This record gives sequence, structure tokens and C-alpha cells, in this order.
Amino acid sequence: MSIADDIKAIAGGFGVTLRHMLRRPVTIQYPEEKRVPYPRFRARIVLTRDPDGGERCVACYLCSAACPVDCLSMEAAEQADGRRYAAWFRINFSRCIFCGLCAEACPTLAIQMTPDYEICKRDIMELVYEKEDLLIDGCGKDSSYNFYRHAGIDVTQPRGEGLEETPPVDVRSLMP
Amino acid sequence: MTASPVVDIALFAAKLGMVFFVILTLAAYLVFAERRLLARIQDRRGPNRVGPAGLLQPLADLIKLLTKEDFIPAAADRWLFLLAPAMAAVPAILTFAVIPFGAPVTIAGHEVPLLIVDLNVGLLFFLALSSIAVYGVAIGGWASNSKYSLLGGIRGLAQLISYELSMGLSLVPVVMLARSFSLTAIVDAQRAIPFIVYQPLAFIIFLISITAECKRIPFDIPEAEGELVAGFHTEYSGMRFGLFFVGEYINIIVLGGLAATFFLGGWHGPFLPPLVWFTLKTLAFAFFFIWTRGTLPRLRYDQLMHLGWKVLTPLALLNILVTGWWLALTS
Repeated sequence: MSIADDIKAIAGGFGVTLRHMLRRPVTIQYPEEKRVPYPRFRARIVLTRDPDGGERCVACYLCSAACPVDCLSMEAAEQADGRRYAAWFRINFSRCIFCGLCAEACPTLAIQMTPDYEICKRDIMELVYEKEDLLIDGCGKDSSYNFYRHAGIDVTQPRGEGLEETPPVDVRSLMP
Repeated sequence: MTASPVVDIALFAAKLGMVFFVILTLAAYLVFAERRLLARIQDRRGPNRVGPAGLLQPLADLIKLLTKEDFIPAAADRWLFLLAPAMAAVPAILTFAVIPFGAPVTIAGHEVPLLIVDLNVGLLFFLALSSIAVYGVAIGGWASNSKYSLLGGIRGLAQLISYELSMGLSLVPVVMLARSFSLTAIVDAQRAIPFIVYQPLAFIIFLISITAECKRIPFDIPEAEGELVAGFHTEYSGMRFGLFFVGEYINIIVLGGLAATFFLGGWHGPFLPPLVWFTLKTLAFAFFFIWTRGTLPRLRYDQLMHLGWKVLTPLALLNILVTGWWLALTS
């Protein structure tokens, strides 16, 4: 009885392989066919701008602190009006593991992942992206978010004039 | 009609050259076919970049193997190491000499039998050469002076003694039915009905044994890349590795041809020309080997021993007895 079962099992295996032989391969022929990545696919990192065209990045170093492979580096600087920006910003894509922790850490939504996965280079030094390579003229995923409208007190607007912010209470006139 | 030896020799040489060319080309393309078919079994496409549909892939592989460094390990037994790949490939291609691959044809008034030599002990010649073929494996494993190679060589030898017996015994009923050791006579005896009809058990035993003979996947324990790196050819590189490799595929073609000759009636068949029938049958066996490789896992060393000694050999002996009894009754 067990021999009959064994033969049945082996024949079943042969049947499975034969069926797969006649099935369409799942391979995507890469250079000719390209798969369309999902919108949240994590690949090449960009630095976005706010809706008014200013740089979102405030050089807070949170992304470089979050980066598990230390591929992010920058130097903070300050404009005359007190608005912070990165004097230089560098991502070494030869070390980047595209984990997305930098984008998650970013409080201003400046650093974002794009679905552009085709960033192979002949020379490894070309994978070191400087700020001008990273900065794009767009808002990326959150097109209406402007960090300084929420938190830019005394930099872009006086106290009490930001979004979702009530004017400060004058304690001297505040009577019960 | 006066026989002119010059034309005979020329025809013979042409036949020899043709057979060599066809076998080697077929072996190279069998590698390609295997890669494509295995890929399809695994829902992949396989090599399709070199030339149209990847058809020039064997050529690219050949160039790669020829231009690679021919490495000899420092501690290797130099001469045996150099000799072993040839010892694996040559018996495989020599075996084809006795296989009739078509009906005799007449060219310019000369009858040319479509086989190289019609030995009256062709079957024994094949058994002898298949035993010699394992020396390539054993010597290659020994001469490499590496533990993996040595273990592969030992396994090759142990495998040989477990399947060779059942292979030889499974062919005895064929000889009993054909009453000859000559492969031409065996093919002629199957003019009406192929022997697979009379001898299905012998056919199955032979099929399992030749799978072990050409070290194909359920029985590829001398190579066993999961355990022994690459077994007996671990230390080989370049064209010497290529010779082992091509030898394996020549072996598939030759053993497929032999299985067709012994059990499927050789080149006999309706409608199509004999040569086409023989090629079809041989390639069917090659396809079966590839299919098996895509399906079955590797047997353990002791499982092969068990199968060879405790299952196949007694069955083959029983088959001989029954065949003899049946022949005695019907004659």
C-alpha cells in the first residue's frame, strides 16, 4: 500500500513541475519591461520645498541621527531672518539601505523617499549626492504642508499669526 | 560491383566526423535546453540574452570556459588531475560507437550502416565503458587532493557498484528476447513490437539505473552541491571542468539513445524517417532527465544503496527468471 502511495506522490510531483513548465514565467524582463513601483516605494531620497518655494529642511540633524548606516551628513546654517537651512547636505547612496527612517524622523517633511529605483552608477563616487542633486522644485507627498507656518514664530511670522494658532492672550486685560 | 576501399574509408570518416559534431553540438545545446526548461519549471525564463532566444548561449559558455584559468591545485596529483576529465568524457562518447541510429543508407552504390561499429558484443561493450567512466570521477576526486573531491569520488564508486549490477541485470531479458548481444540485432528484433511492451519492469529498472549512471539529480550524490561543494570536480576550472560537464551531457544523450535502442525499438517507427525517430526517442529521454531534475530531491547515500541492492537488483533477477520461464513456455 505504501508503495502505491509513494508512486502516487512522485507522479504528483512530476505533474506539478509539468504544469509549471506550461505556465507563463513571472520574470519581468528588466531593461525592456519595467515594473511600476507603488507610490510609497522606498528608493532615491529627495529634499523637498514647501508650497512657497522655500527649502523645507531646517538642518535639525534628526535624519542623520536616525540613519542606521550613517549615510547622511549636513552642516546647519542660519539666514539673516533666523530661518535655518543646511549649508551643505550629503547622502551617500552607496551606503544607504533605503530603510526610510530618515523620512520618518524628519519633522518638516523635507526628506522624502521617491519610487525612482534606477540609481546605478559606474563610478561609486557618483553615488554621493550633494544638496543640489537632492533638492527638487516641489513639495513631494504633502503639497500643502509648510513647517514655518506652524512653527516659525518670529521667523516668518510674529507670534500668534501661524496656522492653527490663536493670538497670545494679554494677561493684563484678561479679567475674570 | 567492385568495392573501392577509398570511398568506403572516406564515407566512414565522414560518418565519424558527423557523429562527433552532432553529439558535441547536441550536448552543448542540451545544457542550454536544460537551463531553459528548468527555468520554466521554476516560473523563470532562463538564459535568453545571447543571440535570438538565447540560442548562442552555449557558444558564450564555451568562450568563457576556454578563456578561464586552468587551475591545478598545488597538492594535486598533476598527471591524474589532468587525465581525469578526459577519462570521464571519452567513454561516454565511445559508447555511441555501437548505437545504430538509423536504417542503413546507400550512398554512391555503397551501403552505409548508420552506426560506427556493429560489435557482436555491443551490449557488453556499453557495460564495460560505463564501468570505466566512473574512473574519471574517482581519479578526479582522488587527484584533486581535497576532502570534498575525495568524498565525491568515493561516492561515485559506491554509487557505481549499487546501480551497475541492476543495470546489467535489467538488460539480460533484452538479450534473451533478441537472442543477441549486438545492438543491431536487438533493434531488428523490435521491428514489430518494442521490448518495453514485454519488459516494462526491466525498462523502469534500466531507466532508474541510467539516471544513476549519468549522475543526474535524484542520484547526483557524487556532486551533491549542497554537501560537497561540487563533489569530484570541486577543484576543476576552465575547460577541464567543461569536459566533466559536457561528458555528463554526452552521457545523457548516449544513455537516452541506448534506452531507446534497448526498449523503444531504436530507429524503428511509423511515418517518419528512421533518423528522426531515433533523435526523437533520444531527446524524449533527455527531456525526461531534465524533468526529473526539476522534480525530485537528491537521495541520500544509503538510500541509493538500499534502492540498488534491496529493490532493483532482486526485482531484476526476478524479471530474468520470469522472462526465462515465459520464453521456455512459448518456444
